[in-house]
Amino acid sequence: MNEILTILIGSIFVNNFAMSRFYGICPFLGVSKKLETAFGMGMAVTFVMAAASLVAYLVNEFLLIPFGLTYLQTIAFILVIAVLVQIVEMVIKKMSPGLYQALGVYLPLITTNCAVLGVAQLNVTEGYNLILSVVNGVASALGYTLSICLFAGIRERLALGNMPKWMEGFTGAMITAGLMAVAFNGFSGLI
Amino acid sequence: MKELRRIFMNGIIDENPTFRMVLGMCPTLAITTAASNGIGMGLAVTFVLVFSNLVISLLRKAIPDQIRIPAFIVVIATFVTIVQLIIKAFLPALDASLGLFIPLIVVNCIIFARAEAFACKNKPLPAIVDGLGMGIGFTIAITLISSVRELFGAGTLFGVQVMPAGYPPMDLLVKPAGGFIVLGLLLALMNKLLPKKA
Repeated sequence: MNEILTILIGSIFVNNFAMSRFYGICPFLGVSKKLETAFGMGMAVTFVMAAASLVAYLVNEFLLIPFGLTYLQTIAFILVIAVLVQIVEMVIKKMSPGLYQALGVYLPLITTNCAVLGVAQLNVTEGYNLILSVVNGVASALGYTLSICLFAGIRERLALGNMPKWMEGFTGAMITAGLMAVAFNGFSGLI
Repeated sequence: MKELRRIFMNGIIDENPTFRMVLGMCPTLAITTAASNGIGMGLAVTFVLVFSNLVISLLRKAIPDQIRIPAFIVVIATFVTIVQLIIKAFLPALDASLGLFIPLIVVNCIIFARAEAFACKNKPLPAIVDGLGMGIGFTIAITLISSVRELFGAGTLFGVQVMPAGYPPMDLLVKPAGGFIVLGLLLALMNKLLPKKA
């Protein structure tokens, strides 16, 4: 129980995926212009990361290790994630067309979000068991959602301000993210 | 020949993946705490980029359009695995400091972007040159960022003490926040010095 709590706090705040580990920075910068889409992206990533943690653990434990194929981990994981994203896309399309519409193009893009592959690899290197892997997947994704939503909130305001021409777009966003990371740095030492 | 030179320089200056296209940000921010990491990551990406561009270009007529993304992923993942095993065997120190970001080269959007935008539409030779140009452009950019962070954050460059002994290192720059801030400032500097051609 204690271990689960440590992972939860650690992955959401201390080792936040976007702010401290730098996983999934491309969508973090790309889809954070509006709070609404940022939240949708966060939720989709959460679902995929939880599922990917589960499936990657099973593939690693019951396929790669028994057959001595651990050097194929990267290829196996990325294929699992690509298939998973495809399945999630089909299921959401069938079950909830509204959500499907809201997520739009972000769904297929999750395949190349390095947060998903990152969490699968991280679970293996940390040696988490099945339950801890899934907990870590969900917690990391929630931390990611938290930071992308905060960031989108700031950027919505920032878009209204007057910025020098050479600070517009990614440049200003990067500095903003830097200042946010300073704030997240305050969580270090919490566990 | 002139055309090849243009393709090569395109990756280094006009469409520099880091400063112009703002692609592949995860490794750019995460591992640029020391100049040697920057060079190591840059060369690893260059290797993958050149070979994946070559193979994808050779297979461009064989890969059906609908399944090109999974096909690209498999090609890229193969070369990433090769790099991963080579680094693990010969450069264990680099392996320790780059950590998880070596397997994550698979999802580096620079490689994907070049496969999609260039390699699958061009002959093998230009594809190789494009991979080389983009890879070197990325290496230069990432080494520059990591040099700035190492110099001011730790007072050293490639592990050698450069700053005078009394220099108080700016810890913040080698912390995660420093990555965003240094990259942001360098991007601003690039925009100021070399305005984008319209």
